[in-house]
Amino acid sequence: MSSVRVLVGTKKGAFILTADGKRQKWQVDGPLFGGWEMYHLKGSPVDPNRIYASQTSGWFGQIIQRSSDGGKTWEQPGTPAGEPTTTPEGMPKGESNKFVYDTSAETGKPLTTHQFYDGTQKPWVFKRVWHLEPSLTDSDTVYAGVEDAALFKTTDGGQSWHEQAGLRAIQGEKWGPGAGGMGLHTILLDPTNPQRIYIAISAAGAFRTDDGGKSWKVITKGLKSQYMPDPTAEIGFCVHNMAMNPKRPNVLFMQLHWDVMRSDNGGDLWHEVSGNLPTDFGFPIQVHAHEPDTVYVVPIKSDSEHYPPEGKLRVYRSRSGGNEWEALTKGLPQSDCYVNILRDAMAVDKLDSCGIYFGTTGGQVYCSPDSGDNWQSIVRDLPPVLSVEVQTLA
Amino acid sequence: MVRVVIPFHLRTLARVQGEVQLEVEGPVTVRAILDALEARFPMLRGTIRDHVTLDRRPFLRFFACEQDFSNEPSEVLLPEGVATGAEPFLIVGALAGG
Repeated sequence: MSSVRVLVGTKKGAFILTADGKRQKWQVDGPLFGGWEMYHLKGSPVDPNRIYASQTSGWFGQIIQRSSDGGKTWEQPGTPAGEPTTTPEGMPKGESNKFVYDTSAETGKPLTTHQFYDGTQKPWVFKRVWHLEPSLTDSDTVYAGVEDAALFKTTDGGQSWHEQAGLRAIQGEKWGPGAGGMGLHTILLDPTNPQRIYIAISAAGAFRTDDGGKSWKVITKGLKSQYMPDPTAEIGFCVHNMAMNPKRPNVLFMQLHWDVMRSDNGGDLWHEVSGNLPTDFGFPIQVHAHEPDTVYVVPIKSDSEHYPPEGKLRVYRSRSGGNEWEALTKGLPQSDCYVNILRDAMAVDKLDSCGIYFGTTGGQVYCSPDSGDNWQSIVRDLPPVLSVEVQTLA
Repeated sequence: MVRVVIPFHLRTLARVQGEVQLEVEGPVTVRAILDALEARFPMLRGTIRDHVTLDRRPFLRFFACEQDFSNEPSEVLLPEGVATGAEPFLIVGALAGG
């Protein structure tokens, strides 16, 4: 019988939630890496037992963890317990947390600077990994979206990471941090075209490569944001999240800072589909696993008030690819609820009756086993939830 | 033999309990201790000082014999008590954050 494994990253550790295909009775395991900020955990589509995790700390920096047994045991890639800690040449291992930006081959100096809040230019400084996206075809290949915004890649299971520096060549000097930092938070891999990758950055915008990461183009045409000094600017959009259905990878959905957007041509042009949403501000956006026109968002009151309008926690579902939205409330608190749902804290499983999951800054993780009609809390009192991913297991 | 006390979370990463004891070759300095510590526990590389610049991470401090060496050059000789193992070298996380 099928089962699901939900990977939850929180501000104070990671948790693994498991259930059979009915998704009614849950086992909660954790905390793993207790006390650390677990920005993101995600399993390999090729080998579900292979899970990667981003473990961070304001004190100790970035750690990459990897499991090869579905989360039972973990290791820092390159330094498994009991193995020699140096290479045969005597060089120390332990490069798995080393994220170093490319520099100019000619001068050795930084490739570019970025814009800071005060309008001055600052060099890129690595802070943490926001998002890990394992390859669709190789369990040792993973992309990492990091702050300050850049895309890194490993092809050796996380032992070493290398920047895909072509991205920062795209008007990098105009990129600036959002209120939460300048993070690359969304990575979408096109299952029909291994050369095509979409990424999004707050607050730079959205980008696409069609050659596996060597070169990139801006894909922000059609986006509009209040207070942008140059209304025709390509760079400077605070994209919060993007999603696609793998069966229709040219159609993208985006939660912009304000506005829910849709593109039918791989991001070349966007149009707004906020429709009748009570507010079009929010963070996560997801697409149903089997219905490419069924989309989910969680409206948040405003960019100044990060909680649901009227204290009612409502997921909104569109079955028409946007514009027409219905509130999903059964099992969700409809009074006095003032949590937020962060951009990476929503996921869908692949079971026939597609399950929808999200975690809140109040520590609840909710599941709907029936595409959003009914909700239950899996667990209610975790630390603030940073990320939720789900694995559908045979 | 030099004794080193590392913060709880780094002990977890390194899978050790209590103090760490290290053989340090040559003069006992902050840099020599950290080199020896990272050679024995490579998983700690990057957690105490930056991979490339080797700068101390901002929220960590270094103490030896009740003296703060956090802002001293990393080549400064540490007190005899640390060099002989009579006193531990302390790597301390700042009391900051949530």
